[in-house]
Amino acid sequence: MSAPGWLASWPPRLRVGLAALLLLALAAVAGPWLAADPTAVLDPAAARLLPPGASRVVVTRSDGSSVVASAAARSGDGWRITRLGTTEELPAASVAQVGRRFFPLGTDIVGRDVLARLLSGARVSLGVGTLALVVALAVGVSAGVAAGWAGGVVDGVLMRIVDAFLAVPMLFLLLFLAAVFRPSLAWLVAILGFSSWMGVARLVRGQVLSLKSREYVLAARAMGAGPLRIAAAHLIPNALTPLAQDAALRLGDLILIEASLSFLGLGVQPPAASWGNMVAEGQEVLADAWWLTFLPAVLVALTVIGAALAADGLQQLARADERTR
Amino acid sequence: MVAWTLRRLAIGVLLVWLVASATFVMVGLAPGDAATRLSDPRIPAAARERWRREFGLDRPLPVRYAAWLGAAASGDLGISWTFHRKVTAVLGEVLPNTLLLTSLGLALELGGGVVLALVQLRRPHGKADRLITLFSLTAYALPTFGVALGLVSLFAYRLGIFPPSHVHSLAGESATGWPRVADLLQHLVLPVTAIGVTGVGGVARYLRGSLLDERTEHYVLAARARGCSERRALLAHALPNSLLPLITMTGMSLPFLVSGSLVVEVVFSWPGMGQVMYNAALGRDVPLLLGGTIVATVAVVVGNLLADVAYAAVDPRVRA
Repeated sequence: MSAPGWLASWPPRLRVGLAALLLLALAAVAGPWLAADPTAVLDPAAARLLPPGASRVVVTRSDGSSVVASAAARSGDGWRITRLGTTEELPAASVAQVGRRFFPLGTDIVGRDVLARLLSGARVSLGVGTLALVVALAVGVSAGVAAGWAGGVVDGVLMRIVDAFLAVPMLFLLLFLAAVFRPSLAWLVAILGFSSWMGVARLVRGQVLSLKSREYVLAARAMGAGPLRIAAAHLIPNALTPLAQDAALRLGDLILIEASLSFLGLGVQPPAASWGNMVAEGQEVLADAWWLTFLPAVLVALTVIGAALAADGLQQLARADERTR
Repeated sequence: MVAWTLRRLAIGVLLVWLVASATFVMVGLAPGDAATRLSDPRIPAAARERWRREFGLDRPLPVRYAAWLGAAASGDLGISWTFHRKVTAVLGEVLPNTLLLTSLGLALELGGGVVLALVQLRRPHGKADRLITLFSLTAYALPTFGVALGLVSLFAYRLGIFPPSHVHSLAGESATGWPRVADLLQHLVLPVTAIGVTGVGGVARYLRGSLLDERTEHYVLAARARGCSERRALLAHALPNSLLPLITMTGMSLPFLVSGSLVVEVVFSWPGMGQVMYNAALGRDVPLLLGGTIVATVAVVVGNLLADVAYAAVDPRVRA
C-alpha cells in the first residue's frame, strides 16, 4: 500500500510535524481511557514522589479512602500490609479492594499519577492554545480582509488599531488581566486570543491587497459577486498557505505563553492540571524529583517543535508550488 | 527626515497616552479594588474607608483619571501601595538590574545566532548544519522556565558551580571592588544563559534560511565570479543584507530589555522589572502597575523608532 499522491508530495517536515501534533492531540483526547483519574489523591504520605516505573499495592478501604503499601498479604481474617517501613493489620471487613498498581511515570508531590496528569494537562494546554488560535484567526482574518478590501478610512482606522495593540506591552497586560480576573479557562482563551490577532490581520491585509487586482477577482466582481462571497471563495482560499504557516507558528507561541502564565500561577488554576502549572509544582522538589519538572516541559517543547516543523514544511510546499507554476 | 522623526515622535506620545489611559480605565473598572486586598476580616470597616480615602479611591473615576494624568505628565507616577515609596524610585531601582540581565542575554542571543548560522553555512546540509538545526529547533521550542529550571537543577543543585538565585551572595553584598563584581558575574551566568539559549534558536533559524536564499542572489554570484572567495562573499556580501531584518527584530525586542524576561527573573529571584510587575499584579498595586506599563510602552515606541532610524541609516533603499 503506497501513500496517496498528495501525501507523498508533502515535504517530510510537514508530515513529521503534523504527525507529532496529531499524536499529541490523540493522546490528549484519549487520556481518560488511557490512564487513571488525574485528580485522585491516593495516599499523600506513602505514595508521594514515586519514581517512574514504580508499582505499589493500593488498598481501598470500605469507606472509599485508600492507603498505598509496598506489600500486602492475607493473614488470618485480615490483611497485613507494609507501609512506610511498618506493618499494620487491617481487618478484612474494613478492606474493600486490594490491587497492585503500576505508575508508569511515577507520582507527584501529593501522590497523584503523573501520566494521568500529563494527559489531562495535554487536554487543557492544547485545548486552550487551539481555541485561542481560533479566536486570533477569527478576529485577525476579519480585520485583515475588511482593511484590505475596503481600503481608505476603514483600512487606516483598522491598521492604527493594530499599531496601538502592538505597542501594548503584552506580557504586562496579560499579567494584569490574569491577576485581576483569576481567569477561568474561557477568559484565558479570550485574553490569549485577543493579544495575538494583530499579526494575522497584517498578513491577511497584505495578501488581500495583492490578490484584489488579480483577473479572477476582477472577473468575479464584474459578474456581480458581493464582497463576502469574494472573500470566502477567492481571497481566503488563495491566502491559505501563508495563513496556515503563520497559524502553525502562532499555535506554538500561544502554547508557550499559556505555559508561562500557568507556570507563574496566573493561568490554569490547580487542581486542574496544565503543563505549565505542573512544572511550577515540580519546581518545589526540583532537587529530588527533576522528572516532575522535566516531563511537562518536554511535552511543551515537543508540541512547539511539531508546530514549527509543520510551518517549515508548509513554506517548502509553497515554494515548490511557485516553481512548478 | 526631521519632519518624519517629529511625526513619529508625536504618534509615539499619542500611543503611550492611549495605552496608559486604557490601562487606567481597565484597572478602574476591574471588579474589586486595592482595599478588598486587605481581606483580613479583623480590619474594621472604618479603617478600610480611611484607606480608600487616603489613596483617593472614594472619588469617581474621571476625577481620579484627571488627577493621575496631570501628575504622570509631569513625571510623578504616585506612591506604590505595596512598597509605600515613590513608583519612580521603585522602578528606578530595579530597572538597572533588568537592563544588565537582558542586554547581556540579548547580546548572547544575537551573537550566538550569527555564529551558529555562519557555522551552518560553511557546509549546508552537512553534519554540523544538521546538528545545529536540531539544536536551534529544540532551543526555540523549549519554554523559558524549562531551560531556566534545567540550568538551576544541573549547575546549581547537582554540580554546585553557580548560585541558583539573587544578584549577590551575602558575602558579595558586603564586599567592594573586584570581589563584588566577580560575585555579580557568577550570579549572572545562569539567568543570562537561560535568556540566550531560548532566544538563540530563533535567530539562528531565521539567519540560516535568509543566508541560504541570499547565496544564490545575483550580487553574490557576481562577487564570486569576480574571484571573491566563498568565505568573503558570505561574510562581506550576503551577511550584511541578512542582518538588516535583524535590526527590526532587535528593535522590537527593546521592550524586552525593559520589561525583562519575567519568567527568568521569577525563577532566579532577580529583582528586576518583571519580578516587580509580577508582584504588583498579584498585590493589585495599581500605581506601580500603571507606572511599569507606561515605562514599557515608552520602550516599545522608542524601540520601533530606533529600529526604523537604524534601518534607514544602513539601508539606502528606505531613505528615499
